[in-house]
Amino acid sequence: MDLFPLWNSLRVAAISTVIIFFMGIFFAYYIAKLPRLLKGVMDVILTLPLVLPPTVMGYLLLRVFGPKRIIGAWVLEMFNIKLTMTWWSAIFASVVVAFPLMYRTARGAFESFDETLAYSGQTLGLRNSYIFWRIRMPYCMQGIVAATVLAFARALGEYGATSMIAGYTPGKTATISTTVYQLWRTNDDAGAMQWVLINIAISAVVLLAVNMLERRYGKTTKKRTPRAPTQTDALPKES
Amino acid sequence: MALNVDIEKSLGDFHLNVCFEAADCEVLGLLGASGCGKSMTLRCIAGIVKPDRGKIVLDGRTLFDSEKHINLRPQQRGVGLLFQNYALFPNMTVRQNILAGAKSEPDRAKRREACAALVESLGLTGLENHRPAQLSGGQQQRVALARILISHPKLIMLDEPFSALDSFLRWQTEMEISALLREFGTTTLLVSHNQKEVYRMCDKVCVVSAGKSQRITDVDTMFDHPETTAAALLAGCKNFSALRRLDDTHIEAADWGAVLTVDREIAADMTNIGVHGYHFRLASPDEDNVIKTTVERIVEDTDCAVAMVRAGNRRINVELPRSDYAKACALKEAYIHVDPQDIMLLKD
Repeated sequence: MDLFPLWNSLRVAAISTVIIFFMGIFFAYYIAKLPRLLKGVMDVILTLPLVLPPTVMGYLLLRVFGPKRIIGAWVLEMFNIKLTMTWWSAIFASVVVAFPLMYRTARGAFESFDETLAYSGQTLGLRNSYIFWRIRMPYCMQGIVAATVLAFARALGEYGATSMIAGYTPGKTATISTTVYQLWRTNDDAGAMQWVLINIAISAVVLLAVNMLERRYGKTTKKRTPRAPTQTDALPKES
Repeated sequence: MALNVDIEKSLGDFHLNVCFEAADCEVLGLLGASGCGKSMTLRCIAGIVKPDRGKIVLDGRTLFDSEKHINLRPQQRGVGLLFQNYALFPNMTVRQNILAGAKSEPDRAKRREACAALVESLGLTGLENHRPAQLSGGQQQRVALARILISHPKLIMLDEPFSALDSFLRWQTEMEISALLREFGTTTLLVSHNQKEVYRMCDKVCVVSAGKSQRITDVDTMFDHPETTAAALLAGCKNFSALRRLDDTHIEAADWGAVLTVDREIAADMTNIGVHGYHFRLASPDEDNVIKTTVERIVEDTDCAVAMVRAGNRRINVELPRSDYAKACALKEAYIHVDPQDIMLLKD
């Protein structure tokens, strides 16, 4: 059995997740700070890929990256690289489609952040980058981890836009999802079933990981509920 | 002068306009009702909120000046702010929280040493590896204070530091923190709505009322001879009447329907008088400076008996010694006396 689709799916999803992670955090952080109206508009634009059919996204991507379109033609001319129908073309598709999941979940996490923590860090002389990575991110860890894993799972399962921009070339651009379709179409029922089972197994492991991470972070970074003061508080030397 | 503040800030309908100064090593209280702009003032000084206009100077260093377009970042100001909720970093242990305040010290060993010393002196020994969620309110506050002290701020600001503690703990914590502040000798701003807290902890006090700061006074003056009605109210006075000047030493307390003698000159802009409840005593009708009242209710408190009496169109709360409780209960009408020096003459 040729395992190329598995390997290709994993690398596409992994690279997409890294890109989505930073992009999602960047947009989530800055958009959470915007005034309400602008926030609403940006929200609609950035969430649209989540609700549009993947084929619509695929069409729009081809309009931009296709060899005869603005960016596609420019890159082809400048670097002699075709942006479509290669294995990494699928990255465009999965980034665009899975990005809203990361962005929305991360934004929710950032909005629940207690801003006085950042202020107190600033008055203590901590650099803003330190506050972001060492205080804000750990505080929002639960949401961000969940967002990242969901984005990975979505990127792994991306089919519609991927099949349009990367196509299906066995050994070159085939992913699990396009392989399942291709095998089913060519009446290779047993082959399709194999890949279906592999896909289910990977997704189940991913979701299991989310649950376990949530439980772990839920314990350590639980929202602070100040304990009612007790009599021993008055006796600081005893502890 | 160690700290000079003169700033203005508008937020919707609310206008903040505060102006005060605090000397070196002094503990200055900002006293005001909630929502009067005290916390906002602290945030402006810390650099979290940018004032619209004005100037903030600390130890000769300009932190903010709208005319010269100076606005130092909070990190550059060297100002410690103890937040009302303490703002401890929940993902870090007590030690990591305290060390976070010492990042400017390049020597790791020195940082550890300073941290250990503060843990010791603030009674946090044994809790170094706990997380904030595992601590009590009082312990959290001490960690937050240690974190500020280790950063050697030139100014410490405490935002309602005891509001989250129950009354049993308050006293103890207050005494400890007061002693610590004196020990470190840093200029301190204490924001509070509790007049007694301010009286016990501060050298001077600045009353903030509806976003405007009033003239700084000694705490003693503030409580015994406040200048404005707002200040008297914050000093705990509950009994007020409009004032009409009769001659140099006599006034009519218009709301109480009584003529009273005062021992001071009555300036033209005085509009109200105020008398603390504990400055009244029961008297006979033929004495000087008495107000005729009808008794409405007597309530026994832990340290006094409060007689709620009606004089003219106002209610007066008279705090009598507890031994007068039975006597007061028997009364339908009461004549209450106040000494001339205990009448506060107030501006609006």
